[in-house]
Amino acid sequence: MSVRRLHTEQPDQAFAFNAENLAWARQTIAKYPAGKQASAVIPLLWRAQEQNGNWVSKPAIEYIATMLDMAYIRVLEVATFYTMFQLQPVGKLAHIQVCGTTPCMLRGAEALKEVCQNRIHHEPHHLSGDGRFSWEEVECLGACVNAPMVQIFKDTYEDLTPATLEKLIDDLAVGRKVKAGPQIGRHFAAPEGGPTTLIDQMLYEGNRTFTRVEPPPPPPADEAAKK
Amino acid sequence: MLADKDRIFTNIYGFHDWGLEGAKKRGCWSGTKGFIDNGRDWMINEIKASGLRGRGGAGFPTGLKWSFMPKVIGERPHYLVVNADESEPGTCKDREILRHEPHLLVEGSLLAGAAMGCHTAVIYVRGEFIREREHLQAAVEQAYEARLIGKNNVHGWDYDIIVHHGAGAYICGEETAMLESIEGKKGQPRMKPPFPANVGLYGAPTTVNNVESIAVAGTIMRRGATWFNSIGRPNNAGTKLFCISGHVNKPCVVEEELGIPFRELIEKHAGGVRGGFDNLLAVIPGGSSVRMVPADLIIDTPMDFDSLSKLRSGLGTAAVIVMDKSTDLIKAIARLAYFYKHESCGQCTPCREGTGWMWRVMTRMAEGRAEKREIDMLLDVTRQIEGHTICALGDAAAWPIQGLIAHFRHVIEERIDQYAANPDPDGAVAKIAAE
Repeated sequence: MSVRRLHTEQPDQAFAFNAENLAWARQTIAKYPAGKQASAVIPLLWRAQEQNGNWVSKPAIEYIATMLDMAYIRVLEVATFYTMFQLQPVGKLAHIQVCGTTPCMLRGAEALKEVCQNRIHHEPHHLSGDGRFSWEEVECLGACVNAPMVQIFKDTYEDLTPATLEKLIDDLAVGRKVKAGPQIGRHFAAPEGGPTTLIDQMLYEGNRTFTRVEPPPPPPADEAAKK
Repeated sequence: MLADKDRIFTNIYGFHDWGLEGAKKRGCWSGTKGFIDNGRDWMINEIKASGLRGRGGAGFPTGLKWSFMPKVIGERPHYLVVNADESEPGTCKDREILRHEPHLLVEGSLLAGAAMGCHTAVIYVRGEFIREREHLQAAVEQAYEARLIGKNNVHGWDYDIIVHHGAGAYICGEETAMLESIEGKKGQPRMKPPFPANVGLYGAPTTVNNVESIAVAGTIMRRGATWFNSIGRPNNAGTKLFCISGHVNKPCVVEEELGIPFRELIEKHAGGVRGGFDNLLAVIPGGSSVRMVPADLIIDTPMDFDSLSKLRSGLGTAAVIVMDKSTDLIKAIARLAYFYKHESCGQCTPCREGTGWMWRVMTRMAEGRAEKREIDMLLDVTRQIEGHTICALGDAAAWPIQGLIAHFRHVIEERIDQYAANPDPDGAVAKIAAE
């Protein structure tokens, strides 16, 4: 278990969705059966986090509890259980989530953590001096064949080295456009240098059809009787 | 080696259009209505006869699971829940399906739903897969637009798909924790029985299936159960997405025949082990939750459920984590112990307390700051956790450590001897104690 508590400093103002998010929230709640509006709690908290500078504040939790007709404690419980809800302010430009689990560790995630410690803050979940960056080590992000990797908000940056992570931070800092995905000119999860499979262009000529392979007919009745 | 024409996921690398038009060109959504018209029993029998075993880790026969749903729809609706909460360390196959083959998943979930009397499916995507979820949501919307799903669709089976998501909890990949999470609660597993097929989502009959199990259903029906069953080995039929990570030259996801020998898999698709096969130390063949296998035992083993379970390991999710001789195995497993400690939901005491305890001891052992008798004590604690928790996370936390001790006890002992000869009072353990 990870122990997670709300930030000691909370905003004074109440939280409310903006018009666009409010319309989206109503639509989302309507996807679930009547009376089961609590199902929308994770999507709504997530949207609140996005609107609130990428962290979840106490007023946001209260607002969503009211909206979903849930007890405050139930929403607090969800916000503290699920580790993607950031409970303290994060870097405005980037909150770098470094995957540290074994598959990434085997390919050098520890060196990526050191880059973050040197460039951002020695401790995770702390803002850099200018408030633009923060970082944390997270558990397996599910991109193990592109290890080591980091996630920054919605995008992942994969096949990193300390040097390419440094460059990524530099580029973000000056507002240069960055490319998500593998950073070594590799195509998604295909092996470096090109795929070893799916070479047969027949597969892509369009309107592919299949013939069913049917099971062999059952043996004639007299043979079955012998058995 | 599997021929390209027998691969199900022909856009797994995303070189082609993942949208509806592209998917149709590759054969998706063809013949779908005919399968549904053949009726529930036909579809379930087809999956049973194909020999498909669940692709999420446990390898339970998918057709049999489908047959557990009540035959008649009672007062409460039936639900299909698709488990796209892929979080098992080493595993990244469902990610590729979600972002590059979403229509195979949408079509498969319609077929699975129709086979089990469900009119609603919930696809639970792990929270971190944000771009992947966007692709899936777009594919679902395309399918609604083309009236492939929805009310009064062209298939004659009303069907709604809700794309739902989590927010970073590994435990929500456990089926009952997933149901709790969809209901808007903490993801803490439920006691079984009652099983989800009787009392599942919102108390209604529910089946939870992995993304890959569902996404292959359409192709199995198109090409016939006999086709699928002819690939692979007896009781281990079909094709499988392997995720090859760690110390190989070219890590990748690849679809191969079940039962492909380890050496061939790594040589053909992953460019071999870093430094050659002589440099191989150990392999975790099925995601972090299975026991590791030393190089000499795995090298010529067929990669399938039964062959790997004979080695007291497992195929799991077919996430092959390769470790060469430069690996500090104790540290690698200590890091997994930290993972389980972090992801324990805290509901059962053996797991909540045990995962933290095992992590602390493993961290000491990685340094060598331990006594040899503690190895047996650690083994004993893993056995006290294993089998004494509501869900399998306790087992999953115990097995990697058991695998390490079973095959590499001598490495732990050497480390303890090294440390005893040259102790370091300010090492990593001091840091843990301070936490």
